[in-house]
Amino acid sequence: MREEDLQPGGNRFPPTRRSVIEAVRSIDAEERERALEALCAAYWKPVYKYVRWRWNRPASDAQDLTQGFFAELLERELLEKFDSSKSRLRTYLRLCVDSFVMNEVKAGKRQKRGGTIPHVALDFAAAEEELGATAIDPAKIASPESLEEFFEKEWIRSLFALAVEDLRNLCEQRERTRTFRLFEAYDLEGNEKSSYEQLSRDYGISVTDVTNALAWARREFRKLALDRVRELCGSEEEFHRETRAAFGWDSK
Amino acid sequence: MKFLSDSALERLRDAAEVPDLSGTRYRLLERIARGGMGVVFIAEDENLQRRVALKVLDVPGANGDFANRLIREARVLAALEHPGIVPVHDVGTLVDGRIFYTMKFVEGRRLDKHIESVTSAPDRLRIFLRICDAVAFAHARGVLHRDLKPANIMVGPFGEVLVMDWGLAKILRGDASDGARAGDPEATVFEKPTQSVSASDTTESSVVTGHGTVMGTPGYMSPEQARGDVELLDARSDIYSLGALLRFLLTGQPETASLSNGPRIDKSLAAICEKSTAASPAERYPNVLEMALDVSRYLDGLAVGAHRESIFEKTGRIYRRYRFFILLIAAYLAMRVLILLFMHR
Repeated sequence: MREEDLQPGGNRFPPTRRSVIEAVRSIDAEERERALEALCAAYWKPVYKYVRWRWNRPASDAQDLTQGFFAELLERELLEKFDSSKSRLRTYLRLCVDSFVMNEVKAGKRQKRGGTIPHVALDFAAAEEELGATAIDPAKIASPESLEEFFEKEWIRSLFALAVEDLRNLCEQRERTRTFRLFEAYDLEGNEKSSYEQLSRDYGISVTDVTNALAWARREFRKLALDRVRELCGSEEEFHRETRAAFGWDSK
Repeated sequence: MKFLSDSALERLRDAAEVPDLSGTRYRLLERIARGGMGVVFIAEDENLQRRVALKVLDVPGANGDFANRLIREARVLAALEHPGIVPVHDVGTLVDGRIFYTMKFVEGRRLDKHIESVTSAPDRLRIFLRICDAVAFAHARGVLHRDLKPANIMVGPFGEVLVMDWGLAKILRGDASDGARAGDPEATVFEKPTQSVSASDTTESSVVTGHGTVMGTPGYMSPEQARGDVELLDARSDIYSLGALLRFLLTGQPETASLSNGPRIDKSLAAICEKSTAASPAERYPNVLEMALDVSRYLDGLAVGAHRESIFEKTGRIYRRYRFFILLIAAYLAMRVLILLFMHR
């Protein structure tokens, strides 16, 4: 077998995108903004929920602090100081959040932020609803491991939710909305009683069609989720580490 | 954006782990193990209607260290056709972009589990000799295993012994296939050995790369491997691991247990263990065949090269070896004495 036979065929795998960490240091303002948008899209919910949970701040304060944090990330160029060989991006961001909130508390200031952060729709009401639906063990509150665990889990939730949205968009573009509905019904909302047979009856298609549709959707979801992780990583090594964390391969 | 519950996250993670085998002749059956860079499943080869083990990387792409390692591992296995080495059937890329290879599915037990039911020391030593056979063959083909340990040895239902997991193997020049050597990120290149790879007669000619990454298993890894001296590794590094493996087989203790603290074993075997796990490679056996020969000599009741016997030990060993004949002669002499005594009464 030749080396090229081992390469993935066609254009199934678009070339690796420039990581947000590299792009955020770019001299091109447009590229920098796009990178920050990607970063905010992946991290604003974990940051908001973390401020609510760890710092026990009311929703209105947490909203301002979240917006303030991302504004500060830009203003003080905090990502310039991040070194992927020394820590994980999410750990670095979490510690930056802690430091930012502590400074805000000390200074006793709480100003309305906005306008300077990237154009990411921050649906705080939905985040609040999600927070209510998230099971939190009160016994674990405030232990360092639980803070890291909480932030990581919310990062994974945010990342997967973005990949699911990407998949929804892809299905719409490819006119495969039924495929997305099957994926939603089985992989997102399904339970132990869900079965391919039941779906084939519900949608009036063969079990083989259900199997093929779900295989396609999972393959695309996986690819999109990996693209999202890759986008946030500065090196191949970091990408592998973060992928293992996101997909839970270290704990299996 | 849709809220994903914890159970949805788990289902997505599970779904993402499963490789997409569409377009291949394999059908996924069950997941059996997870390693540092990928996962192993049992799959059915639908053309040949047999079960195979399918090892697949976690992330797509044929580039990068992991992909190189998996491809190299498959090619190393393909180059090592030996009854003691698990045969590889196929290597390729799945539609989801992940590199995979399939190999014989071994329905056996790991050595550490298997020896729980093997109480006789000679039987354990015979298993060890079969491991040595496979490793000596690999060395003769210019391949070092570099991760020999009980978890990487499988014993099949008919007693077949297979050395598994060649992911850390190091390729030596002109022995294993050229393809297997290509892409080895840390292969050290040696001149082609003639028969077994004797460290003393392998001449290092050049180093392809060798970034000194420490890979292996503590307790079984030679000191030079633990230090990351990749360019210094030769057959004697695997001999160190074999010595640790032999110690494990004899004492049933974890690899770090010292012989003086563990169960008593024969001095000759202890000497073989000590010689093969000497800190300095120069003090170890020069090749696996010499180590295996010492173990065989022990099994045959002969003196081993690693241990200088006292006169008492030698007498005891000769007695044990020729016990039947000695007892027969003693019985004959006793009978003669009794007959003479009886005749002179």
